[in-house]
Amino acid sequence: MPQISLVSKNFQYPDQVELQAALSRGAWEQWKRVLAEKIPPAAIIEEVKAAKLRGQGGAGFPTGVKWGFVPKDSPKPKYLCVNADEGEPGTFKDRAILENDPHLMLEGVAITCYAVGIHTAFVYMRGEFYQPQRVMEKAIREATEAGLLGKNIQGSGFDLDVIVHMGAGAYICGEETALLNSLEGWKGWPRLKPPFPAVVGAFGCPTVINNVETMAGVPHIMRLGAAEFQKLGTEKDGGTKLFAISGHVAKPGVYEMTMGSSLKELIYDVAGGLPGGRRLKAVIPGGSSAPVLKADEIDVPLEFEAMAAAGTMLGSGAVIVLDETVSIPEVFMVTARFYAHESCGQCTQCREGCTWIYKISKKILAGHGQPSDLDLMLDLADNMNGKTVCPLGAAMALPTIGFLKKFPHEFLALMKS
Amino acid sequence: MLQFSDATRQQALALIEKYPRKSAAIIPLLHLAQKEFGWISEEAELAVAQLLDVPVVSVREVSGFYFMFHKHPPGRYHLQVCHNISCSLLGAETILDWIREHLGIESGQTTPDGLFSVERMECLACCDRAPAMLINDELHVHLTRDKLAALVEERRRQAPPPEPHPTDNHESMET
Ligand SMILES: Cc1cc2nc3c(=O)[nH]c(=O)nc-3n(C[C@H](O)[C@H](O)[C@H](O)COP(=O)(O)O)c2cc1C
Repeated sequence: MPQISLVSKNFQYPDQVELQAALSRGAWEQWKRVLAEKIPPAAIIEEVKAAKLRGQGGAGFPTGVKWGFVPKDSPKPKYLCVNADEGEPGTFKDRAILENDPHLMLEGVAITCYAVGIHTAFVYMRGEFYQPQRVMEKAIREATEAGLLGKNIQGSGFDLDVIVHMGAGAYICGEETALLNSLEGWKGWPRLKPPFPAVVGAFGCPTVINNVETMAGVPHIMRLGAAEFQKLGTEKDGGTKLFAISGHVAKPGVYEMTMGSSLKELIYDVAGGLPGGRRLKAVIPGGSSAPVLKADEIDVPLEFEAMAAAGTMLGSGAVIVLDETVSIPEVFMVTARFYAHESCGQCTQCREGCTWIYKISKKILAGHGQPSDLDLMLDLADNMNGKTVCPLGAAMALPTIGFLKKFPHEFLALMKS
Repeated sequence: MLQFSDATRQQALALIEKYPRKSAAIIPLLHLAQKEFGWISEEAELAVAQLLDVPVVSVREVSGFYFMFHKHPPGRYHLQVCHNISCSLLGAETILDWIREHLGIESGQTTPDGLFSVERMECLACCDRAPAMLINDELHVHLTRDKLAALVEERRRQAPPPEPHPTDNHESMET
């Protein structure tokens, strides 16, 4: 079985959220070691690069490389923003970390800040995360009281403040530059890149933005060493990944797997297959933005490149399983409704495109569609794919193309003439 | 003019201190205002703007953009039902049907006694326990019609005698 417990190792202990219990299981040891041994920041960045840790927020960008883009000699302060906005439909793995092992994430935050020379970290958390907020704020308080965060940590002279910043209900704020605008007190409109946040980020200062799960990997790299960590995964994707599986499976939940395990194994061996002896129709493999896979396309390794080669994406590692009873046009309407609701309104193609696609999908479900509607939706998708400030337009375009090209018959069957 | 209580004011001033720029506290202060007043009225926007010394349009632009800020008073118990993919695969619409049948309200509406309001909402990030909903700040999962009936009954019993609701029902934001 390709299952493994690294990041999720301590999820099983209800008291892991308490500092004392977490310490007894080894929390914060790597942070204390970094400070005690005065490990050079540059050496940590090299270690994270060599470990082949990739961003777990969806895009899979190499983490150490991203840290390396931050200018070393900037006279301005630098910031870390932890992306805890988790809003991609199907995704619930960051919630698992935030609620079950906040100290693991915080230790990763501390090591990251030390490596990049940051003294203020914001944890940007989606507004509806009431319980994760309570858990995280308590963990920060306990860690600060214990001298693991705050001023002159462990007598090292290194200061670090961690601030939880709650969003207010906007999926777009998970996009990193919308997150920055939101943090600064604006509506969540994405920014044009360049400049990249590593150079001009929060409050005009160099900023690292990383996902919760990415942060949680960092202490494990320091503990295992880059080589060991990398070997758990593949040549280009080191370590492990948390997969969130839901929909029509016997055991929905968060499962940690080595990088490169297969999607089929995850569904059948790990999550117990489909309940009620029903047959598989399709799988949305990487959050709602990922193009759908048909039942006979799921023997593919869970790894960024292999998923791309299969015409879809690993994305946030959120797998939604659809059994034979599912109406694809209905799932498509629900998906389109989401993007129409969440498009920030900045780019015309996305604002109008998502709304049109949603309206057409509703019309088809109501039995008023016509075959040319499929071409119209593909045309709208093409108009926004890669042609907007941020990838939300693409996040609607790709599943549109996927659903319409793989299941046209289900849409056509709803049309009368 | 709407005033924050002293305690909230102190909390707000402490929050502002945390940020390198005052305007960054707009969202946190709107959360505080909503906690104190129940919703974000124009007066609440003004109170936030004054505390931060920013133009009220800067606050209004933000409160208008974010879904969580209520532009009308919600019910005492605000039900937010996830209707995204995994929840709808596992029965979110039957939950919304129950609410319509038993409370007489649709997304965006409030019961006449002001006790319950309902809103459809997007993914709550707990798809493994679908269908899911929030009642105010509590997460409820693995919902069934029976479970929902019990949750609603429990809240009806806890609630103080009804006051008339301050505004009429308004249209849902749904497109
Ligand atoms: C529309 C949209 C929504 C996103 N939502 C999230 C999110 O909720 N959490 C997240 O970590 N990344 C999200 N991302 C990706 C971020 O832009 C960014 O790539 C990520 O936070 C970087 O961290 P990582 O390198 O550690 O993955 C989103 C991207 C887009 C385009």
